[in-house]
Amino acid sequence: MAELSDRPYPPGEYPVIVIGSGPGGLQTASRLRHHGIRHAVLSADEAPGGMFRRWPFFQRLLSWTKPYAPVERTDRAYERYDWNSLLGEQPASQTLMPDLMDGSSYFPSRPEMQQNLELFAERAGLAIRFGCRWTGTRREETPDGPRFVLETTDGEYRAEILIVAVGVAEPNRPPTPGIELAAHYAETRPAESYANKRIFIIGKQNSGFELASGLLPWARRIVVASPSPAKLSVNTRSLVGIRARYVQPFEDHVLGGGVAVLDAAIQSMTRLPDGSIEVRARPSAGGDELAFDVDEVIAATGFTAPLVDLADLGVATFGQARLPAQTPYWESASMPGIFFAGTITQGSGGLKKHGLPANSGAVHGARYNARVLVDHLARTRFGVVPDLPAIASNDLIETMVDELASAPELWHQRAYLARIVSLDPSRGPRNEGIMPLAAFLDHNADDGSADALALTVEADGSGAIYPVIYGRRAGEITEHVVEADPLLRYDTPSVRRQVAEVVTGFGVDVAQA
Amino acid sequence: MANSDEIVDQISSFALFADLQTPQLERVAHTFEERWYSEGERVLRQGLTGSAFHVILEGEATVVIDGTERATLARGDFFGEVSILLGEPPVADIVAKRALRCLVLAGPEVQPFLIAHPSVMYRMLQAQARRLRIANRWRS
Repeated sequence: MAELSDRPYPPGEYPVIVIGSGPGGLQTASRLRHHGIRHAVLSADEAPGGMFRRWPFFQRLLSWTKPYAPVERTDRAYERYDWNSLLGEQPASQTLMPDLMDGSSYFPSRPEMQQNLELFAERAGLAIRFGCRWTGTRREETPDGPRFVLETTDGEYRAEILIVAVGVAEPNRPPTPGIELAAHYAETRPAESYANKRIFIIGKQNSGFELASGLLPWARRIVVASPSPAKLSVNTRSLVGIRARYVQPFEDHVLGGGVAVLDAAIQSMTRLPDGSIEVRARPSAGGDELAFDVDEVIAATGFTAPLVDLADLGVATFGQARLPAQTPYWESASMPGIFFAGTITQGSGGLKKHGLPANSGAVHGARYNARVLVDHLARTRFGVVPDLPAIASNDLIETMVDELASAPELWHQRAYLARIVSLDPSRGPRNEGIMPLAAFLDHNADDGSADALALTVEADGSGAIYPVIYGRRAGEITEHVVEADPLLRYDTPSVRRQVAEVVTGFGVDVAQA
Repeated sequence: MANSDEIVDQISSFALFADLQTPQLERVAHTFEERWYSEGERVLRQGLTGSAFHVILEGEATVVIDGTERATLARGDFFGEVSILLGEPPVADIVAKRALRCLVLAGPEVQPFLIAHPSVMYRMLQAQARRLRIANRWRS
């Protein structure tokens, strides 16, 4: 580790300040460096990795990386099978995860993920000021426009643009009477310390079921309870619900093995004279209040975004996780100039068509959000002119079909990120890059008002996953759903024909040349 | 911050949920997702598939049909159910008139929710009957 005096980014003014060194901060910093935008990266931690330096407790991730996939690792389409590598700008920083895995699972272990992120920071040449904790924020008017002043343990920083990538990692404790008797998920001890104990877990999300799964070989009795029924990801057909890996306690419950999974609201926790804890819960379906005598209560009740004093500064937040309300480009909806990256970007929900969220809460979604955000800032704030290649008319259909069939941005961020193709007759079709679908549909985008197509991949919760093309013509939006293929093959003659129909409808002569 | 207790307090006064007891309201607070829309943001889009059922917790929304403002919705009002019941895209844009906080239930979850909560279905039917009566009055 470098000497203290060698630490980069001393206090001062920077055009952009990134806070955080988890996946979101690293991805953002890498893209800023790519565009040559001067910035500083500050982190309270001692090394890169963010939450993956501590969690998940039971040592494996929920996100897979397939070392062997239907496409080569050097192909961009491979990103669809690798949920954990960050997006490098050079081959040396690309596709790092699969080489670090030992073959025992396609879910990397937590230490493997940490190594992946540390290696990315090193290979991407990222400078980060570690051990620098953000403690407060002010906004000042200056002759050059408003500036944010960050108070940190190292002194004051000033910036026009803040990109906050601090995760959603502050334990959330519900205001239930006696909650102080419960440990939070974040305080979970090594599994063996729960040997032969009666454990009550509050919360039926993945964190609750992760603990229940990990404690199955140790606990004497496990109860998992919260008011609403457990959802399973294989039923919701999304990342909403308990992931397949953590379903074991549920199977134990339904087969009468001794684990109890209950729909009940926790009323109170009381310490009994013998040192045990009495948990009282009211079944959601009605009926008598239930009482449990247990040794330990763990509140797997989620996390909130640790935004220090941003709420006092005027950053609106919502929901139990107190996520900041955001525009489609991840800017605070109430405090312009403050942007977000990483898992916090799940606060910019997008269309959530058919109720399905994008994967912004996970690395394989947030990594694209970060890149799109930095490209957007580069274009709108730093005068970086994007290199937007024209597409030859006779290549248009093939280019669109390729993108719909395999673009990782579209496949991971469904109905959320879109590939834009503009159709200005004087310039011919052009690839305008990836942008949030909501920004495209709401016309407030910065690509002008030219006729354009937005290519997306969507799902409707029935199990089908299919491309959708949105057209924008003279301000009118149309939606063209490509027929779903159960094997997800979208580079077929049928898709070419459907894409050609849409393009022809926009007056582009695809037979030309 | 809105934890489920605060949401239960808020929605207990809504006509739609007037017949539910506290444990059922708690379940509603856990089943619906909270979403936040900034001023001018479109919540539902006329003609696009995949809408959701929304109940307004805070703020106001405008109903816009073919670019014309038709109505304003406020706290306790709900929208999106017609397109879900009919399995068709919404016939109106719903636009946040100012910052808007909603409880949201995804389209595919609406039918099981209504069947599990017949009193909510009845209240929804009452609201539809009122809208129909107003529409008929205009016609006559």
